[in-house]
Amino acid sequence: MTDVPTPSPSPLSTRSLKLAYGPSVIVPDLDLQVAGNRVTSIIGPNGCGKSTLLRALARLLPSAGGQVSLYGQALHTLPSREIARRLAILPQGPTAPEGLSVGELVWFGRHPHQGRFPVRRPEDHEAVAWALDQTGMKVFAGRGLDTLSGGQRQRAWIAMSLAQQTEILLLDEPTTYLDLSHQLEVLHLAVRLNQTQGKTVVMVLHDLNQAVRYSDEIIAMHGGQVYAQGRPEDILTPALLADVFGLKAHILRDPDTDRPHIIPYALTR
Amino acid sequence: MTRFGGPLSTSKYTARRALTVGAVVLVATLLLSVLALGLGAVQTPAAEVLSVLLGRGDDLTRQLVTEFRAPRIVVALLCGAMFAASGTIMQGVIRNPLASPDLIGVGAGAGLAATVFLLAWPAAPPGGLPWAALIGAWGGFGLVLLLSRDWRGGSGLHPVRLALVGVAVAAALGAFQQLVLVRAPDGLGSALTFLSGTVYGADALRVMRLWPWAVVLLPAGLLLARTLDVLSLGEDLATSLGTRVNAARLLALGVGVALAGAAVTGAGILGFVGLLAPHLARLLVGARHARSLPISMLLGALLVLAADTLGRTLIPPTEVPAGIFTTLIGAPYFLYLLRKTA
Repeated sequence: MTDVPTPSPSPLSTRSLKLAYGPSVIVPDLDLQVAGNRVTSIIGPNGCGKSTLLRALARLLPSAGGQVSLYGQALHTLPSREIARRLAILPQGPTAPEGLSVGELVWFGRHPHQGRFPVRRPEDHEAVAWALDQTGMKVFAGRGLDTLSGGQRQRAWIAMSLAQQTEILLLDEPTTYLDLSHQLEVLHLAVRLNQTQGKTVVMVLHDLNQAVRYSDEIIAMHGGQVYAQGRPEDILTPALLADVFGLKAHILRDPDTDRPHIIPYALTR
Repeated sequence: MTRFGGPLSTSKYTARRALTVGAVVLVATLLLSVLALGLGAVQTPAAEVLSVLLGRGDDLTRQLVTEFRAPRIVVALLCGAMFAASGTIMQGVIRNPLASPDLIGVGAGAGLAATVFLLAWPAAPPGGLPWAALIGAWGGFGLVLLLSRDWRGGSGLHPVRLALVGVAVAAALGAFQQLVLVRAPDGLGSALTFLSGTVYGADALRVMRLWPWAVVLLPAGLLLARTLDVLSLGEDLATSLGTRVNAARLLALGVGVALAGAAVTGAGILGFVGLLAPHLARLLVGARHARSLPISMLLGALLVLAADTLGRTLIPPTEVPAGIFTTLIGAPYFLYLLRKTA
């Protein structure tokens, strides 16, 4: 994680954002700035609004008030195709039609860049090849998606998002349902994309220690509001753990990163 | 995808396979067409049929083939293709493998509207019928969608629910149609028997009425292939990839419903063609719509032509409507799908 000053304007920001599903308000009033060229993790208990926020940042959920901005421009004023060239989101539990191969899935990622007729230009081939290479899926390109393991499938989906070649990548719980080694694969990939490509990565993660270890910045949410935002070593305190997660935990020092490593041992209630 | 071919087993749905399947079905359809043109009260040998098609042949045979039989063949092929295309598109948009125009109110609505139109305005220009059918198709479909909604506010629509509501609405609309027919003056009533799902009585007039719709809508359906592919990934991913999902769905549905509505004016409600053809196409060439759509259209055409030809020649001089055969195959398959999905 390099110490380069964050460029402005912020790639994703919100102002007085209100998000609701029908009458149920999830996020009442949120002002937020996502740091560019960084890996950011959004953490919080179930129902705190983290997935809702991520979806709103990706224009999957229209705002009920306030606005989301992409590099300073209001999201709802931009054509969806244009957004798709700068921002990719991989939702939770994506599904694909039967019989689709990995290669065919990754080619979907080029959709925002292709015109009316899906002509495959050299730059499209390059993007797909690069995406398959980055995720280590090149050798599986001809395989059917349903013949792969959970971790391989997730990497194929990430490859599709990568083929979109966007500066911003949003991942909604990319490690859920994966075993530990596959979880690490995905997290290492996210960090590598940030370090080598300068991508802005925003992930919703459940595992606090993973969030701490693999992010430059953490946004902790509670009740639809940002409880704290900042470097893991700065904001991960017993107070945060108690207030946001209702946990009492030992906070150790990660020997590799010098960051906090938490071991929960009791509920505060 | 051979560009990325790896050492491990590849997906079986290759472009080459799609082309092979397409060629086989196309040849089968052409052969059956020539055969069908020769079959009837007077058997015309294939050689004579071919000579007529090439412009030669004696006047009597030519009249028999081109005036009496050809329109029927053409209508069967077009309606089969249109029902199949409609089913493929609707299954793709609604993401429901049980969606078929005759099962979700589209066919029934079109049939009722066509019946009412023909009886209320017997002197109306023939070109007006498909438009009436189109309005009825949207009406029937809208009714099914309305009734299938989860009024308790649940999200998502269970596929089986849509199909069951569709069957009920189709039965109700069909009953209305029967009522209207029963109360119609004798002559007009019998002229509408085609609406029950048969190509019987197809003449040059019907071909002329159907032709413009097929020529516009079938290519339009093919152009939707990529949109349907992206929609099949689900709303979230489709949006992430830059598609305006609601507009895309509306456009695709518009084409799908119009295809079925127009097809109903050609051969009535041919049960289950819009279900069987897309499923079989997907089984043979995979889910990518650039492949499944054309194959589905060809299979639909072949299916209806085969059903109609069989119906004409099985127990002469009685004509068994083509819809009987498509339902005989389609209904058990539909029941099997219901079980599998529920």
